[in-house]
Amino acid sequence: MSMSTSRIARAVAAKDLRIELRSRVVTNQVLPFSGLVMVMFAFALDNDDVLQRTAGGLVWLATLFSLFILVQRTFAVETYDGALDSLRVAGVNPQGIFIGKSAALFVQLLMLESVLFIAAVVLYRVNVNGSGAVLLVTCILCATAGLAFVGTLYGGLTAGARGRETLLPLLLLPVVAPVLICATRATESAFRSGGVTVGEGWPWVAVLAVFAAVFGLGGLLSFGSLIEE
Amino acid sequence: MNTETQTFKGVGTPATRLYGLMAIVALGWVFLGGLFFTPEDAVQGDAVRIMYVHVPTAWIAYLAFIVTGVASACWMIGKKHSMGFDRVAGASAEVGVLFMAMTLLSGSLWGRITWGTYWVWDPRLTTTAFLFVTYIGYLAVRGLGGTAQQRARRSSVIALLAVLEIPLVHFSVVLWRSLHQRATVLSPDGDIKMDGIMLFTLLFGVFGFSVLFAWLVSHRQRIMAMQDAQQTTAIDVAVAERLKEAQA
Amino acid sequence: MSANSVINFVDAVAVYNGYPALAGVTLRVERNEIVLLQGPNGAGKSTLLRACAGLMPVIRGTANVLGFDLTVDRESVRERVGLLGHQNGLFGELTIAENVSFWSTVVGASTAERTSAMERMSIDGKLAERRVSELSAGQKRRCALACLVVRRAELWLLDEPHAGLDAKGRDEIDHIVKEAVASGATVVVASHEIERAQQLATRTVSLVAGQVRDSQ
Repeated sequence: MSMSTSRIARAVAAKDLRIELRSRVVTNQVLPFSGLVMVMFAFALDNDDVLQRTAGGLVWLATLFSLFILVQRTFAVETYDGALDSLRVAGVNPQGIFIGKSAALFVQLLMLESVLFIAAVVLYRVNVNGSGAVLLVTCILCATAGLAFVGTLYGGLTAGARGRETLLPLLLLPVVAPVLICATRATESAFRSGGVTVGEGWPWVAVLAVFAAVFGLGGLLSFGSLIEE
Repeated sequence: MNTETQTFKGVGTPATRLYGLMAIVALGWVFLGGLFFTPEDAVQGDAVRIMYVHVPTAWIAYLAFIVTGVASACWMIGKKHSMGFDRVAGASAEVGVLFMAMTLLSGSLWGRITWGTYWVWDPRLTTTAFLFVTYIGYLAVRGLGGTAQQRARRSSVIALLAVLEIPLVHFSVVLWRSLHQRATVLSPDGDIKMDGIMLFTLLFGVFGFSVLFAWLVSHRQRIMAMQDAQQTTAIDVAVAERLKEAQA
Repeated sequence: MSANSVINFVDAVAVYNGYPALAGVTLRVERNEIVLLQGPNGAGKSTLLRACAGLMPVIRGTANVLGFDLTVDRESVRERVGLLGHQNGLFGELTIAENVSFWSTVVGASTAERTSAMERMSIDGKLAERRVSELSAGQKRRCALACLVVRRAELWLLDEPHAGLDAKGRDEIDHIVKEAVASGATVVVASHEIERAQQLATRTVSLVAGQVRDSQ
């Protein structure tokens, strides 16, 4: 990464996070929403054992729902007053924008997920031991990196497009399916739900890492074309 | 541009008429052979006849998406960014989505008869379903508007990202299912002892549907070329109107 | 064709949603000119500026800006062109200082350039700590201009720069434009404030229905 790319990436990420700190959209709206989703799952499934066994999947499902809102939000900031146009006219390196926006999304997702996992411990009565915690943290980091990359990639494509509210989930859901599958299985291992061991979770984390690498690279190569009109 | 418009009297050419005819003959044989001439399977009974449609459409659906991927890559790599590649990519994806819908439909009917259930979470089935949804998204991106160049640029990137995505989906589904062996229900996975006429009809089906695919794609991409040409003519007209407006 | 024309459009057509916003524009702008674009709403002034900045594709005709053929490559020209469009490209939740700092960082401008740009647009001092969403239209415009000034572009494209500004702000804009031209830049201004802009401009170009009607 060249000097200017990393400088741009840092500026974009810092700008996005500062906007979030000021507007508190994630804290005041997305977080309560995903918390509500967790409670709704409990109503729908209505069984402590089932909840405990499916806790991993429910947390990741709630994360995906929130991902759509976060991605819309992170690009609404850019299109509201034509900042994305200005970035393009100024010839700002799109790779820097991609890395910066992914990094900011990554941080916001991590914050959200940590609250959701605490909610799972409280509401769904899961528990984690030491080696499970190591697995869980690695899994969260890899899965979140993948989600941040694809979210930025497809968010950039749909930014400013007509009907983006419906187009984004249509494009994003099939792509993030592997993350849902792998992160859920790894999390179940970390929770030792349904008798699986912690060791069984690591192959899933490997797939998550490959996913993040593939879409990180794909995003670097294609983000410029996608935000171009 | 005018010369291009004049050639479009119809979308058919002698070549497309020839393989249109071939498709009719081959699919006519598959219809008769599949429903009447071939015997029923010892285990599956009449349900085996679904195979003569299901296997060829599945094969075509996957072929269609490979064509879309390759054509998108050609558009992107080519210095001239020839719009022909973009149209073939789009036409092939449209036909692919159609054939994939037929595959999923015929497959789930077969599953209901043979397995007693419309759907199982088998890696092949799951990947196919995801491919279906992914390419519906691809077609939605093609419909976003803008000039033909903009459409080609966006959709080629999406097609190539789909090429990255599908192996990941497939791999994670395989890994997922390998942990949940419920083999007893799923064991008849379509292995049939085929006699001569069954194999012949199946191969004829693959041939017939392949020709049908080529026929549909060539027509569809010619229609797209006409639409692009029409758009060009519409711009000519609009420019001329504005010229008049300026002189008024 | 003069080799050092900054803008050289011949019969350029640009289409927005199927509508030819530019219907065959022929225009040449030489280095160090200040050109006023005037014309009724919908004549294509904004589109022409966006096309010059490489944002709108030119689908027919010739379109050269700073030696780049925009029909082939719309991206290389952008680093050398500055556009102040209808929108300001600012982030409402950030302060003026943070906005200018962000834009200076991404385009690689120095701290000194940033400070001087803010001083000149008189958005320094206490005002710099206010959030952009709380500002008046004129203050936002000045902030957007400061973000443009730090880019030190060779070609400035200003879309209604005087709109929403008070007399002092307008004077300041004219001053900045003259300074930019003195340092070798070329400026194209689209404005409804014809009298004001005519004093500034070296030449006026009238656009009607997506074409240049006359240029003197």
